[in-house]
Amino acid sequence: MKTRNMNIILLALVVILSIIPLAMYSGLGEDEGYFGGADGAASDVIEASGYEPWFQSLWEPPSGEIESLLFALQAAIGAIIIGYFLGYWRAEAKHQKDD
Amino acid sequence: MHIIEGFLPWYWCVFWFVLSIPVVVYGIIKIKKVTDEIPESKSLLAVSGAFMFILSSLKIPSVTGSCSHPTGNGLGAAIFGPAVTAVLGTIVLIFQALLLAHGGITTLGANVFSMGIVGPLVAWLVYTGLVKAKISSRIAIFFAAFLGDLLTYVTTSIQLALAFPQPSFGAALGMFLGIFAVTQIPLAITEGLITVVIWNAILSSKSTLLKKLKILNPNHNESGDL
Repeated sequence: MKTRNMNIILLALVVILSIIPLAMYSGLGEDEGYFGGADGAASDVIEASGYEPWFQSLWEPPSGEIESLLFALQAAIGAIIIGYFLGYWRAEAKHQKDD
Repeated sequence: MHIIEGFLPWYWCVFWFVLSIPVVVYGIIKIKKVTDEIPESKSLLAVSGAFMFILSSLKIPSVTGSCSHPTGNGLGAAIFGPAVTAVLGTIVLIFQALLLAHGGITTLGANVFSMGIVGPLVAWLVYTGLVKAKISSRIAIFFAAFLGDLLTYVTTSIQLALAFPQPSFGAALGMFLGIFAVTQIPLAITEGLITVVIWNAILSSKSTLLKKLKILNPNHNESGDL
């Protein structure tokens, strides 16, 4: 199989895997207790047992908007580095072939 | 897999720091060694770190109805081993603790232990084991990434069950596994699939470098065969 075709199939599977939960719980949202974070679910359980967290985050994103800004920034930093090197390697390989 | 800031008693924070710090220090020494010996490996190191940056920022819905994120630790672990991946994981976790209030500084040791050490160790063992058994590197990297991701979350569950063994360690472990590990199964598959895609890209132009780093069989061919 060509690598490109393999990649298309793999990425299509990723999309399907991510859509299934959205379809399964379609119409339900955070208010009904869906699509929250697993980290938060665990801390809720711990707090329910009477534990008091003894340290707070030094800084918290003041709103969901700012939080999504920073998450997008994190992904963008990663993506620009990967894109840079994949392009660099490709051109490098082509250059070597031409010589 | 982030244990939230302040959500581990202080003695457990200390315990996980004590276990994690030596590995991270060893990883820093190893990064220096490998980049001195093979300077071209710096680009692969950057890509492995960047891959972790992206994957751990993506919160994906799971069939349990809650969301969690992949770890991206399988790629770095397969190429550079667990200690180097611990360093990469620490950078990601500090970024998230300081800027996103995800995880925390007090729980950094515990989170580095799960995402930077246990997950990558498992991924590295799986990858090297399968490649030694002459299994295709694509299949090996899939299982490495899948298990590296899953075991990261199993470790988080164990850490929380140790700190909060109510009513018993076993019962607490079952509950935390239900929250983290079950949610993670489809996400770990997703992580495995995405890791194969980036692996394909690296294979197509950097297989000589991978052979130099001794993580591919010397007679590996680059065709698309599984």
